[in-house]
Amino acid sequence: MFKRSDQDKRPSVQIFVDGAAIAAREGDTVSAALLASGRDVRRATAVSGAPRLPYCMMGVCFDCLVTIDGVGNRQGCLVPVAEGMQVEIQKGKREIGR
Amino acid sequence: MHRDYDVAVVGGGLLGSAIAWGLGRLGKTVVVLDEGDITKRASRANFALIWVQSKGLGMPAYTGWTVRASESWGKLAAELQAQTGLDVCLQQNGGFHLTLGDDEFEQRGQLVTRMHNQVGAADYRMEMMSASEVKKRLPLIGPEVSGGSFCPLDGHVNSLRTFRAFHTGFKQFGIDYFPERAVSAIALDGGEFSLATPKGEIRAGKVVLAAGNANQTLAPMVGLSAPMGPTRGQIVVTERTMPFLPHPLTTIRQTDEGTVMIGDSKEDELDDRALKHSISAVMADRAQRTFPHLARLNVVRSWAGIRVMPQDGFPIYDQSESHPGAFVACCHSGVTLASNHAFEIARMVAAGALESKLVGAFSASRFEGRRAANSSGY
Repeated sequence: MFKRSDQDKRPSVQIFVDGAAIAAREGDTVSAALLASGRDVRRATAVSGAPRLPYCMMGVCFDCLVTIDGVGNRQGCLVPVAEGMQVEIQKGKREIGR
Repeated sequence: MHRDYDVAVVGGGLLGSAIAWGLGRLGKTVVVLDEGDITKRASRANFALIWVQSKGLGMPAYTGWTVRASESWGKLAAELQAQTGLDVCLQQNGGFHLTLGDDEFEQRGQLVTRMHNQVGAADYRMEMMSASEVKKRLPLIGPEVSGGSFCPLDGHVNSLRTFRAFHTGFKQFGIDYFPERAVSAIALDGGEFSLATPKGEIRAGKVVLAAGNANQTLAPMVGLSAPMGPTRGQIVVTERTMPFLPHPLTTIRQTDEGTVMIGDSKEDELDDRALKHSISAVMADRAQRTFPHLARLNVVRSWAGIRVMPQDGFPIYDQSESHPGAFVACCHSGVTLASNHAFEIARMVAAGALESKLVGAFSASRFEGRRAANSSGY
């Protein structure tokens, strides 16, 4: 769906999405990297379980909620990627212990 | 004169709505005269417990009345769902009051003993449990939890949806609901009541004052009294999390949709527009000492609400001698007692007289002459 620009020369950063290695770029947010990955990165909402993708990309809509390095309900659009980051697509409510 | 309605209910909160719904259920023509959206409304600020344990110390009749409500809540939830399609998410598998440290455990034990020793109170099987017994039912408690009391009749409900269900039910019963109709005067005129509102006069054969703390002002208009002593409470709400809390607690519960509500302070201040963060901090601290995992969750909302509270903490149900057909009803526990209001109080109002066997103890005459016992009404 999304295609990286040929002029984008930023260095590559490797993150893991549900265990699979993904090539992101330095300066990407987690949400941008997920959308650019080509994977099915739809989360499921907390109450009805409806599928959702990052939407506003500016911290307002909370549709990008994702588990990052073991912490649930992070706003993926506000967190820059970092080498080796572990991202999990969150299905439903956050678990209380993470 | 033309009589508009059989009954005018003054107040469209949870208590007035339950009584109005109950009257509509009995085929009465009913109008509900309410204030507007910005009114101080406990119906939208409450903690949503259906709570029995510790109710009635100092007034055994209140224990029996509360047990009766707990036992008929299932019927209310079923009727509301059948009528409106709304599931109020009633859960009644028992509730805990947990204690932190040995002193609190000992004090709670003494309260349970005093409740058991009270003559004339219904037995509702409240028992003390050690921390290890509690842990079998609530595995995520922290090391500071010393135990607590458990009552199998306790539960909770989605109180906002209950409120909505009553109002949805109004339409099907043909009940008129009028907001922005604060009642400023009530007169008995030719055997019926005339109520003055900002948008004109309403006439009804009977009137039920269910206006919360405002009953204190309204009741004298029809020869009744309702001495109130409201308090403020604060609530903290977390983001939604997977179900971890199978029973509600006095001060912590997980809603049907996964948020965790942390309550409930008791303050003398009566401004509900601002929060005292120092109080929220104490509540949150106790909550995370009770369930350490809560410390990881984000808080998404908090608010202050004003409790409807008769001066001694116990409900007031009364009927006027000087103005036959006028009733007053107010209590703190509008959620817990909703079933009693919908079934019992509505039936009595429809019949024209309160039944002393069930609610005689709750007459405001108890305030006359002596200082009424001020005890653990809630």
